[in-house]
Amino acid sequence: MYVSPSPHIRAGTSIRRIMLDVVLALLPACAVGVVMFGWNALLLLCISVLTAVVTEAVITRLLRKPASVGDLSAVVTGLLLGMNLPATAPWWVAVVGSAFAIAIVKMAFGGIGCNFLNPALAGRAVLLACWPAIMTAWKDPFAAVDAVASATPLAAMKAGEIPDLLNLFLGKTGGCIGEVSAAALLLGAAYLLLRGVINLRIPLSYILTVFVFTLAVSRFNLTYAVAQLLSGGLILGAFYMANDYTTSPITPLGQIVMGIGCGLLTVIIRQWGGYPEGVSYSILLMNLAGPLIERATRPLVLGEKMKNPFKKKEAGKNA
Amino acid sequence: MKRSKALTILRNGLLDENPTFRLVMGMCPTLAITTSVANGFGMGMAATFVLIFSNLFISMLRNFIPSKVRIPAYVVIIATFVTMAELFLEAYAYSLYESLGVFIPLIVVNCIILARAEAFASKNTPLYSALDGLAMGLGFTGALVIISAIREILGSGTILGFHLFGANFQPALMVSSAPGGFITLGLILGFINWMTNRKGGNKE
Repeated sequence: MYVSPSPHIRAGTSIRRIMLDVVLALLPACAVGVVMFGWNALLLLCISVLTAVVTEAVITRLLRKPASVGDLSAVVTGLLLGMNLPATAPWWVAVVGSAFAIAIVKMAFGGIGCNFLNPALAGRAVLLACWPAIMTAWKDPFAAVDAVASATPLAAMKAGEIPDLLNLFLGKTGGCIGEVSAAALLLGAAYLLLRGVINLRIPLSYILTVFVFTLAVSRFNLTYAVAQLLSGGLILGAFYMANDYTTSPITPLGQIVMGIGCGLLTVIIRQWGGYPEGVSYSILLMNLAGPLIERATRPLVLGEKMKNPFKKKEAGKNA
Repeated sequence: MKRSKALTILRNGLLDENPTFRLVMGMCPTLAITTSVANGFGMGMAATFVLIFSNLFISMLRNFIPSKVRIPAYVVIIATFVTMAELFLEAYAYSLYESLGVFIPLIVVNCIILARAEAFASKNTPLYSALDGLAMGLGFTGALVIISAIREILGSGTILGFHLFGANFQPALMVSSAPGGFITLGLILGFINWMTNRKGGNKE
């Protein structure tokens, strides 16, 4: 979203309409997740959405604030958190994560538009810090029993194998419920682009950075680089979470900086970090850098001269 | 000693000017050692002992210490009692001494103790100063016990070492690590401010 200087023309869009579009766009990926991992995946998604909505309703009620559940943003947060869980997780993990995302990350800082971190990702990070074993218990697609199974594609690649690209693209692979199918996620992203809900600055600069950097690191192994793009939470993170309106810069240049920063951090964590996946941490870190990026990329007012935005004003002047 | 003044001092230390929750002082031990109730209580008690006696002695010497060198003088007095507390814990509560580690000698630079010396003991008579040390120390201990109880229950599933839940309970590891300390403290502070604002709002 690019906010130009006034005057503005009113469009018929509302938060509710935008959030509804995002939910619709996420549904194909959720459907693939449920098909791959079975009913527990569906249960986790439902519980996560329900907890998010109930938490927000209770908090707005307790604090006597205007009810904000109707704008559907809690549904999106709950859905994204659910999609970031492994399908083997017990139900209470979804409850804790979703409640933390809404109550602490979103509402404690003032509700929609005021949170400084992406609530769903912060919720996931907390769950990972609290219960690392549960949050990394992956399941094979179509497995009948809830057995803890093979590694995710990223972990496999760290061990030196390259998984089948078509399986990665369609989603027949291990991972979080909502991140496995690149195809379904891209379908939803295309819908959001057509609807004008998102633009390509953050997702494209993010994904391109990861691609180029990975290509360079792997000494131009094209298959490996493409496999890195399609696996893990990269597509989900780039199209649905890094470009969250509240926590990403509003200036066009700033959005590109955000995308590149996320990309660099993701590859650094994936290649040299202790965790196999770095998408959520890189987006969270860039969320924190958001205000700085905005300050550095603020467009000039007509007639204003360029100056260093980080230089302190001289004492006495403009005081 | 006047009863009303004594009561005010007690009330200030425990509630109105609670060092942790109202003055937000002594955050370093508050965040670092509140992973179990035993640690929190031990830390609070050690600090209380130091507070009572440093306040008492600083108050007795308040007319003899030149104001230019008062801070070094206070630190010498405080350090004396911290050393006593440390040696005592090492002798009689060795496991506590081990788990509190460097935070026992760090009581010397605990800002609650210096603040009470500067703000209270240097201006009041010895008896009131000792009482103020007791009240502030108990307020600090209470706050530490509250924080550490929350963190021990959620982060390890125990209270004072006893398991509270069945074997299936999986403790939230983050609560007993540093981020959990910050989040717990922040939420308690927010809750207290919210309560205070509500009370103030009703009065108007």
